[in-house]
Amino acid sequence: MKKLQDHISAEHALYLKGLRRKSIFIQLTRIGLLAALLCLWELVAFFQLVDPFIISSPSRICKMIGELAADGSLFYHIGTTLWETLAGFAIAVCAGTGIALLLWWSEGARRVLEPYIVVLNSLPKIALGPVIIIWFGTGSSAILFMTVLVGIIVATMNMLGGFLATDKNKLLLLESMGATKFQVLTKLVLPSSIPQFIGMLKICVGMAWIGSIMGEYIVSKAGLGYLIVYGGQVFRLDLVMAATVILCVLAAGMYALVALAEKWLVKK
Amino acid sequence: MKGPILSFDGVRMVYHTPAKETLAAENMSFSVYEGEFVAVIGPSGCGKTTVLSLAAGLLPPSAGSVRVRGEKVRRGMPCFGYMLQKDELFPWRTVEQNLFLPLEIKKINTPENRKRALALAEKYGLGGFLKSMPDQLSGGMRQRAALIRTLAPQPEILLLDEPFSALDYQTRLNVCDDVYNIIRSEKKTAMLVTHDISEAISVADRILVLSARPAHVVAVHELNFGDTVPLKRREMPDFSKWFETLWKELNV
Repeated sequence: MKKLQDHISAEHALYLKGLRRKSIFIQLTRIGLLAALLCLWELVAFFQLVDPFIISSPSRICKMIGELAADGSLFYHIGTTLWETLAGFAIAVCAGTGIALLLWWSEGARRVLEPYIVVLNSLPKIALGPVIIIWFGTGSSAILFMTVLVGIIVATMNMLGGFLATDKNKLLLLESMGATKFQVLTKLVLPSSIPQFIGMLKICVGMAWIGSIMGEYIVSKAGLGYLIVYGGQVFRLDLVMAATVILCVLAAGMYALVALAEKWLVKK
Repeated sequence: MKGPILSFDGVRMVYHTPAKETLAAENMSFSVYEGEFVAVIGPSGCGKTTVLSLAAGLLPPSAGSVRVRGEKVRRGMPCFGYMLQKDELFPWRTVEQNLFLPLEIKKINTPENRKRALALAEKYGLGGFLKSMPDQLSGGMRQRAALIRTLAPQPEILLLDEPFSALDYQTRLNVCDDVYNIIRSEKKTAMLVTHDISEAISVADRILVLSARPAHVVAVHELNFGDTVPLKRREMPDFSKWFETLWKELNV
């Protein structure tokens, strides 16, 4: 919590100025690095040092994005992937937290299910691809299922870890007050797991994108993952790169939203 | 002297772990009388905390009985207030909300009870910090807040588990005085366990000395300091005499 100081000494002002200057420098360097890399890429492609057919180039990517936007298909593909990712993320986070709660509540269930969770966690979910196609068909629901599958175990294990790490002495304190298990949950376990919850959200953002794109690789008719696979098959690297760039932007945006949610939650 | 409020009668306590069983206490009998301040000391690892857990009904004794006014203790009885080594204030609650925690847990979160808790806080110098978060308070203030939280649901018996040991020495002496004064002026019965002999002498009316495991009461000492506050007691000639006696008993 910052306290507003009316009076700042010259030395402190200098220190603050130094801090600000350093942070501006870091920001500029970040942008500069990106610009330099893009320039290098563009030049290498322009002078044909490497065939731009293989590596594409920033300008070709921009053109491709422009074309896709012009015929409207860009938004259709973005919409498809975004929907799959967000819905999968939401379901994985909610269900994962719910399962973690049940496992926290019942030690018996926890011990019984532990080996299953461990196996499911280490299993590469893509191995289930054929099964998913057969069960869910080739539509969005298959991809959604894949997204949930990738995220849910991680969400469960993370939250359970957080719930079980609740401070023993605080538990003892509540117990000495005669708290019921439900009170322990609502007064102590849930509020003290908020940092863990936010960490889990951040991990699940990544997991959801892995799930949706992987799902689209296996089976899809639309989406950014579909564009990437399709572009690769017909050897249109511009298309592959364009879809990848859009993916980067979307993933970063979603992460930023979670970071925003963190600020809001922590302030509360 | 008034009748016993808390009594241990032939208590035996066995802990079971997959590797072994441990006899922590055997034939432990003593009483705590209303309004007195009892300190329990013993060699380290003798199960002092076990005594408090038994008293608060958190652990059922393997044999014998623990009674409050003749009634067997149960977990979460309203007559007990338990205070731990660290303050264990919840960092996501304001000081005020922390004080209300036991009221919420015991479902007695009424306007009168809240008002009483706030009056206690006001009386003992926490009035200006009610809306602060715990991490904005000093260690001493936090411990004071923990005591007020313990007192909020109006317990009759305070169980104190080395409540000063997490503090630095300077703070510790001050907080010790503080807690002593508050407990005295609220006329509460208190049982404190500690490994610190001088702390026990500086606060207690009576000191119980426990043996090494399996713990039982080997000596009971009636101190003669009356209502002298802890810091003053430390300056009195009897203080070192008691210290020597207890030191010897602990090192038999």
